[in-house]
Amino acid sequence: MGNIIEENLNPDGIDRRGFLKCMAWAGTGALCVMQGGVLKSFAFGPGGKIDKAAMKGDFAFAQISDSHIGFNKAANPDVTATLREAIAKLNGLPQSPEFVLHTGDLTQLSKAEEFDTLDQSLKSVRTGGIFYVPGEHDVLDDNGVQYRERYGKETKGDGWYSFDHKGVHFVGLVNVMNLKAGGLGSLGNDQLEWLEDDVRHLKHSTPIVIFAHIPLWTIYPEWGWGTDDSQQALSYLKKFGSVSVLNGHIHQVMQKVEGNVTFHTAMSTAFPQPAPGQAASPGPMKVPDEKLRSVLGVTDINFIRGKHTLAVVDSPLAGG
Amino acid sequence: MKRYIRNVVVCAGLLGVVASAAMIHGSQIARAAEEKNAAASITIDNFSFTPKEVTVAVGTTITWVNHDDVPHTVVSPDKKFRSKALDTDDQFSFTFTDAGTYNYFCSVHPIMTGKIIVK
Repeated sequence: MGNIIEENLNPDGIDRRGFLKCMAWAGTGALCVMQGGVLKSFAFGPGGKIDKAAMKGDFAFAQISDSHIGFNKAANPDVTATLREAIAKLNGLPQSPEFVLHTGDLTQLSKAEEFDTLDQSLKSVRTGGIFYVPGEHDVLDDNGVQYRERYGKETKGDGWYSFDHKGVHFVGLVNVMNLKAGGLGSLGNDQLEWLEDDVRHLKHSTPIVIFAHIPLWTIYPEWGWGTDDSQQALSYLKKFGSVSVLNGHIHQVMQKVEGNVTFHTAMSTAFPQPAPGQAASPGPMKVPDEKLRSVLGVTDINFIRGKHTLAVVDSPLAGG
Repeated sequence: MKRYIRNVVVCAGLLGVVASAAMIHGSQIARAAEEKNAAASITIDNFSFTPKEVTVAVGTTITWVNHDDVPHTVVSPDKKFRSKALDTDDQFSFTFTDAGTYNYFCSVHPIMTGKIIVK
């Protein structure tokens, strides 16, 4: 366990430096555990070991993202196969996820047959339910009508909603619709008003988990990796002691802790994308065939009540 | 129906040439006639429109071709034109029959913007 990358030892859950980030680039896994306001971050590469007992929580859920069913180019000619491997990974987790979040880009081109293939594959996930938010690839040409018919019947507006699970409040947000020229992801006023109202009645001690496709923190605006009005959304969450934000879109693990908020992005199940600014564009990145499964993966999250603990583990499909 | 619209556009173009003939001298008439069926292309590579800004004559048809492994769109925020999602090697064409400046963007990746100036 010698590869701790950063550590914050303030015991009150507030990071006095205001900013602390840990990043784990493609090819490694990351483990971030927050216990009693102490955040510890570890990166572990091939052969690295983690103490699983320390992370066991009251309940576990999982996140998968960016399955891009229908994509068939060089970066991964068989995205359905890697999705199946991701599902096998979920089904093999030591603590079974009570539910799964899919943070968008289910499909490559919003085609009915792509959604069908995804649905067929996800039937084999052993979990209580799957919750979705759309990525920009899921709402092409129809403003998300088909997406909402399939996954968003009970949702508001463009597909946003919230639910409670064992005392934790989960909020699924949509930031891939009605995008403005020159801008980033967008939540829009209707959704912001709904969010403000949705969390107003909650106790400050309620742990909050927000999930959305495009990151709700500005990672790299030159590539559109951020959301224009995310600060407004986060301003409604300041009163809460523990807020976790889970995103996809960038096909790599990245994490940041800022005050009471932990931001985390997940790997894709389909293909990797380059680190910010490290390529001509954020498009699909071709890696050697034998490396592909080390840069795809799933995320599982353990919630440990009473300690304000959220343990986030990113597991590559292979090689981790 | 498409053919009908194209004919109307061609007629409008000819009318424009005839109307101009009364005001401008011969060489410019020739140039206008040549450019009536002009075409230009814009490629989409690495999440960018290239060239990002082009100036063309009235009547020019511009074709966008997507070379990325990712779908993009060509959308005028003023609703002047809008492509469907263009997958790899798909293309979209639009004929600019009126002078003006036309900004556009990719509605999937709005950081991608371009401009057409029609004179």
